[in-house]
Amino acid sequence: MDRRTIFNGRLLPVALLLPQLLLTFFFFYWPAGQAVWSSLITQDAFGQGSVFVGLDNFVDLFTDPLYVASIVRTVFFCLAVSVAAMGIALVLAVFADRSIAGRGIYRTLLIWPYAIAPAMSAVLFLFVLNPRVGLLGRWLNDHGIAWDYTLNGTQAMLMVISASAWKQVSYNFIFFLAGLQSIPRAVTEAARMDGAKGWHRFRTITFPLLAPTTFFLLVVNVVYAAFDTFGTIFALTQGGPGQDTETLVLKVFRDGVINQDIGSSSAQSVVLMFGVIAITAVQFRFMGRKTVS
Amino acid sequence: MKDRPDYLAHAVLILGVVLFALPVWLVFAGSTQDSDAIMRGDLSLIPHLSNLSVYKRVLLHGTMGTEPVWHMLMISFGMAMAIACGKIVISILSAYAVVFFRFPFRQVAFWLIFVTLMLPVEVRIIPTYAVMADFGLINTFTGLWVPLIASATATLLFRQVFTAIPDELVEAARIDGAGPLRFLWDIVLPVSRANIAALFVILFVYGWNQYLWPLLVATNQGLDTIVIGIVKMIGEETQTDWGAVMATAVLALVPPVLVVVLMQRWFVAGLTEGEK
Repeated sequence: MDRRTIFNGRLLPVALLLPQLLLTFFFFYWPAGQAVWSSLITQDAFGQGSVFVGLDNFVDLFTDPLYVASIVRTVFFCLAVSVAAMGIALVLAVFADRSIAGRGIYRTLLIWPYAIAPAMSAVLFLFVLNPRVGLLGRWLNDHGIAWDYTLNGTQAMLMVISASAWKQVSYNFIFFLAGLQSIPRAVTEAARMDGAKGWHRFRTITFPLLAPTTFFLLVVNVVYAAFDTFGTIFALTQGGPGQDTETLVLKVFRDGVINQDIGSSSAQSVVLMFGVIAITAVQFRFMGRKTVS
Repeated sequence: MKDRPDYLAHAVLILGVVLFALPVWLVFAGSTQDSDAIMRGDLSLIPHLSNLSVYKRVLLHGTMGTEPVWHMLMISFGMAMAIACGKIVISILSAYAVVFFRFPFRQVAFWLIFVTLMLPVEVRIIPTYAVMADFGLINTFTGLWVPLIASATATLLFRQVFTAIPDELVEAARIDGAGPLRFLWDIVLPVSRANIAALFVILFVYGWNQYLWPLLVATNQGLDTIVIGIVKMIGEETQTDWGAVMATAVLALVPPVLVVVLMQRWFVAGLTEGEK
């Protein structure tokens, strides 16, 4: 792995590394340390100082039904977004991989949504599905279907899942298409010769060969749904109605920034950090450390 | 098989294209229409091209008390460029040091960076905000981008690219008497330009699309990015100037979409090779 030929010098490499190390220290290690420290203390009743309380903030957190509900909601949301975004992308990629006329144009027209901001997908969905100004939302109400995601929690969840998944399809499409293109033609041709028909061939040959891509995308999509969708949800529902679309990141924001409960929100940040570390560890375990090599 | 057009594939792909294009078209068509008509639900899918002046109006004056849209676009552009260029520069430098030198604690330094690989800014917002306050960077342009250029992904990518540079090339450069900085500039940067281009697209879009961090660190309206601005605009549903909001939405989409479409080839190759 290491190079045989290198340059000499001690000072230069340290100088080259310094900017990255300083930024990493000040914006990763220092805040992470602060979060861990703040999660272990609490302000006393008179606001005079802080008291070390050990794991009390965490105990409070996990015995709080609202927090547990938020965990369950976030897991459901992440899985729903990942399955929807990956499923649609896979179907599109399979057809875009066929040798048809205009495939280059189709690809460009399916890749550009990568550029859409999560918050922007919320704005676009609002114009389609808002019960008052949205084209489709208005139509639904005019035709006897009571559609209002600002009042109905189930509809709100459906709305944030759709907007979040919609934005992520093109990312998955790019990777699925690359995955499909890397499958040797000889393999699919051989299966065709053996008489394997379309769906059967896909299920037994193509899909298993895509497994590494699928697993990689699952991890990326779950992380996307858990964190990057803050803008989408905040712009559409602000976590409401009630707490019906409040994922863990929205809760950190509400408790820390709006309610100024630093102890609890720091504990929540620490929980999220452990969540991300766990997901990364799982990825490395199953991907054979592909990222580092 | 090859003679007959693949109708099913065309049908599915057209459906997919429409699924993404239609909302944007709807917003573009809406931007040229009367706000009262939109409120009444009379939104038409045919744009009134005579009303394109709404774009000039929002660019120069904004709407409902926001900053002019050109100003928000400039903030977003500056932030996206600073994040993309800043991250690329510090990542190239640190990866170069790790790959082409031997020095004490080299592995430690690498792991210190590597461990931060997947810790998005969203999980550390509150403590990072406190650090920013200590530095006096709240409500400054610097505060918008500096914390976001710290990340391991780009360093890892360049480490991979640099490791693949053949030893013979380094050897030749040393025989020619080229020092490390000259080698970096004359050989390493040119051979990595496709990766740099790909990473630029990814990071530009990443920077342009930020929402939570600017929301937190810059409450001053003069620092509103276009994404922040538009979400503020849709906030008050009842008295909204919908035509102007839709025009702003279109303007917010154009720059990152252009970057992705124009640099599509590098971007797709770089994304699928690098990030895996």
